[in-house]
Parts: sequence; C-alpha cells; structure tokens
Amino acid sequence: MEGNLCNSRPIDTEERLKELMADKGGAEYYKQMESLDVDPAKVMDIINSSMTSKIKTWLNNCAHCGMCARACHFWLTSDKDATQIPSYKIQSTLGEIIRRKGHVDAKFMMDAMDTAWGKCTCCNRCGVYCPLGIDTGVMMSYFRGVLFKLGFIPWEMKIGSGMHRVYHAQMDVTEEDFVDTCDWMAEESAEEWPGLTIPVDKENADIMYILNAREVKHYPNDIAETAILFHIAGENWTVPSSGWENTSLTMFAGDWEGCKMNTQRIYDAIKRLNPKSVVGTECGHAHRATVVEGPYWCGQESGDPPVPFYHYVEWVAHALREGKLKIDPAKKLKGPVTLQDSCNYVRNHGLGKYTREIMSYICEDFRDMTPSGDHNFCCGGGGGLNGIGRYRQWRNVSLKNKLDQIQNTGADLVVAPCHNCWDAIRDMFEVYEIKTIKWSFLKPLLISMVEIPDNIEHVTE
Amino acid sequence: MSSLQQAISFLSGTGMLIALAVFVLGCLFHVIRYIGGLDAKKDRVAYGYHADRSVPGIFASIFKWLLPCATAGWRSAPLTTFIFFCMHAGCVLVPLFVAGHVVLLKSALGIEAGLPMLPLAVADVLAAVTIAGVLICAVRRLVSPFQKALTSGADWLILFLTGAPFVSGFLVRVCCPDSAELMLVHLVCGNLFLLLAPFTKLSHIVLFFMSRAQLGMEYAIKRGGQTRGGVFDW
Repeated sequence: MEGNLCNSRPIDTEERLKELMADKGGAEYYKQMESLDVDPAKVMDIINSSMTSKIKTWLNNCAHCGMCARACHFWLTSDKDATQIPSYKIQSTLGEIIRRKGHVDAKFMMDAMDTAWGKCTCCNRCGVYCPLGIDTGVMMSYFRGVLFKLGFIPWEMKIGSGMHRVYHAQMDVTEEDFVDTCDWMAEESAEEWPGLTIPVDKENADIMYILNAREVKHYPNDIAETAILFHIAGENWTVPSSGWENTSLTMFAGDWEGCKMNTQRIYDAIKRLNPKSVVGTECGHAHRATVVEGPYWCGQESGDPPVPFYHYVEWVAHALREGKLKIDPAKKLKGPVTLQDSCNYVRNHGLGKYTREIMSYICEDFRDMTPSGDHNFCCGGGGGLNGIGRYRQWRNVSLKNKLDQIQNTGADLVVAPCHNCWDAIRDMFEVYEIKTIKWSFLKPLLISMVEIPDNIEHVTE
Repeated sequence: MSSLQQAISFLSGTGMLIALAVFVLGCLFHVIRYIGGLDAKKDRVAYGYHADRSVPGIFASIFKWLLPCATAGWRSAPLTTFIFFCMHAGCVLVPLFVAGHVVLLKSALGIEAGLPMLPLAVADVLAAVTIAGVLICAVRRLVSPFQKALTSGADWLILFLTGAPFVSGFLVRVCCPDSAELMLVHLVCGNLFLLLAPFTKLSHIVLFFMSRAQLGMEYAIKRGGQTRGGVFDW
C-alpha cells in the first residue's frame, strides 16, 4: 500500500517535500514503508529493462572467493562480519531478488535498503581488488536505482532527491538566494579586496564556476574564498544564475531521472554562457555526478562533458604550476600534513596526481596515507551515508578505518577537498574524541599562504 | 568389445568431440551474448570512443591479473593468490598438454602437426598441485567463516567438476594405469566438465576476460583514463 509519505513517486512539489520533512526522523515514513507493496512483476520489469550483460555477468560469475572483503572499510571495522563482505551484500539483496524472481516482501526490501545505503558507500574499492573485475560499488549504485523506483529509500535520500527536483539544489536554496549570496559575498570581500567581483551570467568567460548548495546556505565564506583566489589568480570567471548547483543527492538516492535534470541544468548553463571551461568546487560526488556519470545521463555519446570540466584541485594545481597562485614559502604548512582524497575524484577520476602536486607546494611535511591515491579508502561517510540518521551508528563504526589511517600518518592536519570527506573527518574526530588533529578544505589554506601580486590591492586593517 | 570398452571408445571419440563442441560453442555464445548485451547508455561507458586509452586499459586489466603479485589485490592476499595460481596453472596446462590428451586430441581431431606435450613428471606435479588446490578451496569453504557465508551450491558444483577429472586422471596415471573402470570414470568426469562448463560458473573460463576487459575499459574511458596519465594501477 502506497503511503502519503512513503511511496514509489519521487517528490516533485514543495508541498509534498515539506510534508515529508515535517515527519521528523522519518518515523511515520519508515512505518509506512513496512506496508509498501512489492509487485514481483514490477520489480522484474524494472530489472529486466535496465540490467545489461555487464551486471548480469558480475552477479552470476562471482566466485565467492571473498577477496573483496579486505577492500571494504565496513568489513574491516566489523570484526570480520560476513554480512559486510561486498559480495555477500550484493548477492543477498539484488542477487536474491533475481533468484526469487521479485517475490520478496517489504521486510526483505527494507533490509536490502539498509544494505544498499547503510553498508556500502559505492566507493568502488572492492572492484579494484576482485580478480574477476566485479565492481560491487557499481552494482550497488545500480541497485539503489531499482530501490528508488520501488519506494524503498532512506527518508533523507527521498528528501534530497526532492530538494533537487523542487529547488534545483540539494537544499532549499533558490536561484535568487544564490545570486543574492554572491552579491553579498562580493560586497563584503570587495572591502578587503578592491576590484573583486563575482560575475553572474557573464558570457564567454574562461571559467564557469559551480558549487555546492550548502556553501551558499551554510558556508557563504567559501564563495568569498573562491572569488578571492580567482581574483588573485586573475581569472576571467563567472557563475551561472541557473545551473550553479554541482552536487547530486539524486545520484546517492538512485534517482536517475533527477540526476539527468541536475546535470542538464549545468550543461544548459554552458550552452547559454559559452564558457571555455567549468570548474567545480571541492566536492567529490559533485564532480563524479557532473563529469564522470553526467555526460551519459545527458546523452553525450563520447562520455565527455560539453567543455573541459575540472575539479577544484585541478584548477589549483594548474594555477600553482603556472604561477597564477604563488605560495609564500614562509607561510607554507610546517607541521605534518596528510590528505584525504575523495573516492569519487581519485579512484573514479584519476585526480590523485593533482592533489599531491598541490601538497608539494603548500606543505613541508606531507605524509600520504597507506594505502593512498587510487587505492585510498573511503572516508566512511560517502555515498550519502553521512546524511542518513538511520545508519548513524553503522557509519560511526566504519569511520574508525579512516581514523586509523589518519593517525598512522602522525599528521596534525588533514586536507580534505571534498564536502563529504570533510564532514566525515569532522564527525570521526568528534565521535572518537580526537582533539589534536585539524582538518580543512584547500581554499582557506591557500588564502592564508598565497602571495598577493603587486597589481592586486589588498586592504588590511 | 565389452560394453565398458565401447563406452570408453565413445567417450574418448565421438562423445568427447560432442562435449568439446558444446564447450567451445558455449564459450563463444557467452562472449557474443556478453558483448551483444552491453549498452553504452545504461552501462554509462562510451564503448565506441577513446580506443587510444581503452585498448591499453583492457590489456593492463587482463594481463596484470594473470601475473601473481602484479596487482595490489593479489598482494593483499598472498595465501589465496598462491592457491589460486597453483590450481589454475594445472587446470589450464594439464588438460591441454598432458601426453595422453594430446594423443587423444590428435586422433579425434585428425591433427597431424605435433602439439607440445608436458613432461610426465611436470604433468604429475601440476595435477597433484591442482588436486591439493581444489581440496584447500573445499576446506576453506567449509571452515572459513566468511567463505561459508558466501558459498553456494554453484560453487561446490564447479569444485567437483574441476576436481573429479584430476583425481580420477591422477589415479589412472599413478595407481591403476590398467583399470578400465577408472579410465571410464575419468572420461565421464572430463566430458562432464566440458559439457557443463558453459552452463555453470566455469564459464568464467571466458567471462573472466570479459569482466576484466570491462573494468579496464571503464577505468580507461570514464574513470580517469584521461586525467590519470596511463592505465589504472591495479
């Protein structure tokens, strides 16, 4: 039975969104989910129309060797719980649904939901360690899409998807709010940096910058920092009034239709403003959604975005290399520093060399984690897990793996150019009461150590 | 000719050819079905683009995993890797190149050219190692808590299908070379392997190459092939 809160229909009106949000913690939502019908024909129709030979083969050919277990941060922190082995997780959910030809009940589907969002962050590390090349992260991400269509998704994910559909952003930030915030930050920053502007909807700029709605809503200073660094670097840049939201909770939610809407808005902004390139903020999943997966949702046959598209770390590395940004040697970080690369931009987009290049400019004692780069572990809160209250305790346990990695470096600062990783690190230090290690995005660090060129006016009190 | 001899004659002649045909055609069918079943949009992989990096990506993904210790995955599980390679070396080399099989293949297929043969001692060692590997795998599936949780009937079936021809063949070769009964068991097991491989998880004989190529392509085409500067560091 479809409930008024929990049902298979995506949230597409503000009224429904507010009604769902009013159900604090999703108590009534999950209660309604227990009565949600599971129509075997519909389940199999969704699967048969979307599953290709790739996932069929991955599911059927898994040798059950268990080599993926050691690759998974959930298994490593679970006292070797067999139900946390990636292979087990996908076989006992998607695999079992197919074996039963969709004849499962709501209880089964809720357990499957808990596995898909609470026991996997879709970090894709297990695929790197499977001899057969089976990527459970890709399969779990696909499975989230199946669950979304059937209405079995965590409350926060349903809200996140709805936010994107209603407000065109991951939270209730309208386009007017965004432009107002840009104007506000430009005005405030211009007092210290005369001549600084945040150009909105400027055509033919070298860079169109897109960002994360929570920077607008909660951390507007991030926008100011972006503007200051572009100003110092002398970049010809702009932000689009529409299509500025880089993130995609729809991707975490498995809302493929919503994913396309998000990315298409950005691609439409590119078409409208004709920038030479796009730079996205310090966010891992946003980059993946827009640059790695987005082109496919929007029908780009080559799999490439319409113009060159860079994560913020690529722009910073380039700016440092080209001398657009110069670091004051006296202000470089002197203490031990480590780096948390987001799975979404490192393993899934090969940007590890850029972050290490940046570290070579900004700190004197860089200590990489083990393992690192393409083999790095998830922070523990990726894939939307940070935001789901139902799995908070599970996430807190899985954070321990990253905490151990960080502590083993001996670093007293973690650079995390990703909102999800940044949150996970903040939370793990709180949960495990770590007071001696700090964490930071790149922007504030860069501003604290960048040399100001002679042609840039800087008013200090 | 006794019925036993007739059965042996059939299973080492026409029967074996039928089993071989099923095996080859079945494997071919898997490859065709795999490639035909891909969808660039649904898979979100632009298969038809970026061949300059997808081809090296495919080769790296396959060949690095064919070498022990060449990947982080293999290095992360030394014992599993050791058992895996020992078992698979025998599984690939013994059926193809043991002297008796070469002679059989020559006569059944009418091949005149000389096929390479394994020295008997090497074949014996490989067979023994493979049997040991199958046994260790079986024990691990029974004993290891996480392997127990994962193991299904399909996993036991392929262990049996793999182990049975080796055990029976080894017994024929080492203990009872004149036992027609044991030879019949060996032929039945060998032909069963060929007949059932395409219909069981033994299809990984070819699908290993497909799924490894798949992930190699994915990393090369979309997951950083352009920015990483080279193939993925498996």
